[in-house]
Amino acid sequence: MNPKGGEASMVPRERPTTYYGRPIVKRPVWKPEIPLYFFFGGLAGASANLATAATFAGRPRLARRAWAGAFVGVTVSPVLLIRDLGRPKRFLYMLRVIKITSPMSLGAWILAANGGATTLAAGLNLLAPRRRAGLPEIGAALVGAPLATYTAALITNSAIPAWSEARLEMPFVFASSAAASAAGAALLTVPGEETEPARALGIAAVVVEEAASRIMLKRLGPLASAYEEDEAGKADKVARALSAAGAVALVAGGKRGSDGSRGARRARGRRAAKHPAAPGGDPARRAITAAGGALLLAGAVCKRWAVFKAGFASAADPDQTIDLQRDRMAAERRPGA
Amino acid sequence: MSERKGFFTDTSVCIGCKACEVACKEWNQVPADPQGLTGNSYDNSGELGANRWRHVAFIEQKVSVGVEEAPPESFAREAARQSLVSDGLDPHEDADGFRWLMSSDVCKHCTEAGCLDACPTGALFRTEFGTVVVQPDICNGCGYCVVSCPFGVIDQREGDGRVWKCTMCYDRLKDDMEPACAQACPTDSIQFGDLDELRERAARRVERLHERGREEARLYGDSEDDGVGGFGAFFLLLDEPETYRLPPDPVVPTRRTPEVWAAALGAAAVLAGGVAASFLRGRR
Repeated sequence: MNPKGGEASMVPRERPTTYYGRPIVKRPVWKPEIPLYFFFGGLAGASANLATAATFAGRPRLARRAWAGAFVGVTVSPVLLIRDLGRPKRFLYMLRVIKITSPMSLGAWILAANGGATTLAAGLNLLAPRRRAGLPEIGAALVGAPLATYTAALITNSAIPAWSEARLEMPFVFASSAAASAAGAALLTVPGEETEPARALGIAAVVVEEAASRIMLKRLGPLASAYEEDEAGKADKVARALSAAGAVALVAGGKRGSDGSRGARRARGRRAAKHPAAPGGDPARRAITAAGGALLLAGAVCKRWAVFKAGFASAADPDQTIDLQRDRMAAERRPGA
Repeated sequence: MSERKGFFTDTSVCIGCKACEVACKEWNQVPADPQGLTGNSYDNSGELGANRWRHVAFIEQKVSVGVEEAPPESFAREAARQSLVSDGLDPHEDADGFRWLMSSDVCKHCTEAGCLDACPTGALFRTEFGTVVVQPDICNGCGYCVVSCPFGVIDQREGDGRVWKCTMCYDRLKDDMEPACAQACPTDSIQFGDLDELRERAARRVERLHERGREEARLYGDSEDDGVGGFGAFFLLLDEPETYRLPPDPVVPTRRTPEVWAAALGAAAVLAGGVAASFLRGRR
């Protein structure tokens, strides 16, 4: 509630009255396509970054897989967005204006730009697998990162208390969730030697996402209940379990531990004995890694669903709107606050 | 640009006749919405939305009017009442203290309008009268304005897909006519005019009510220092705003937009950096 921390109001007051318990702000009219778009847009944006980095790092096979993920993301995204519109035939009206005050307006332009660059880059990489990174790749990566995070800005730039008050943390939750998606998609296809950076990215993304989510909920104070209860709460628990399981699978499927752990040494030894020159480790580890990738993708979908439903819960509760504003008024009146 | 037009809704003289709701629906050809009984006093239309651009709220309050201590008319009746109360039924008596609050809610036509700032198509625009209006031939039903309104006014119409709200009768204003609701209001609870003039009138009205001992009277949305830069349609209320389903301290989401973009760009940079960093480890 209090943006500085999770404490309740310092000023005691009676429970505010509501008008027959009716919500003050309207609930979103968005359909399930929207949280799915948050997922696919994140996948597209982070995958474009992964692909471009892989191209620069001289890992063409990882780059190809990541471009495939990015292409799927930018192809599915507009379909989802158009399906959600009340007047789908008017989707191009999104590009009538450009408005900095509207994350949806800028986002439409970001998606359009990323869609063009990614399609071009993915096509060129398919035609010339050893291609060096050029303008399309760099463009797709540069626009891809905001594509993954502007969707957080879209929902936090609203009048819904549990979304709006999470404005500083939500983009980091979305960014890490998008990174996990990109890594998961790259690892879902046959993992090989070249995919090691994706494994590292996937594990790190899950850790960062969990940390960012915890900070977000702590700073939300009483508003956090929108994320912790009912459908949003259940989806969030499932999301965290899937992502954590995915990260564990990626660690287990790793071909070597950076710390030279026993498991890593054993893995190295076994692989060296069985497939002296085979990239990608043994089939069991490949399967575990692919499963880990799938878990990360499923976790990212659930995470977006949880955030989406939390907005509905927050909008439906007039006390969230009233308490937030009353506490802010009290804090502003308090001298020296 | 003409003088900025506005509504001053003085709820202290609202009699809850709902003529404004009806006049608005008729003039603007707003579709009917499901009828039924809500059980919430005389309010059976719920709240503002795509199919309701004026909405009259009814609030029943037990408020001391200073005669509670008077002896009951008849002790037999009082005993009968007490037995009803013990059964969980609490019949109203004149001496109980009771007041109606009635208020005709409407789009606030904010100086800093969240819906307008959010609209990605330009369907929402500011008119020459300083009001905020949706162009139905442009709106593509993205729904972003719905979550951007701190008052929960604008909404998507089912089966139509577009969003709708009060236009302050833009068509009538262009012909120098007052909006349908204001014209229909029999007590002048809804007053239409130049916003500056309305603000002065409202200040005088609240002063008069205070002089008469109605200390609870207060203006809502008359100040340009609030979170939406002042309302184009403001109110005189007799209780806290939330009693009427109004937010006590509304802030347009756009005030936070710089923070929102800074966080999104920061996270984008972290994402790009994190992806790049994941290759450092693999390089060894």
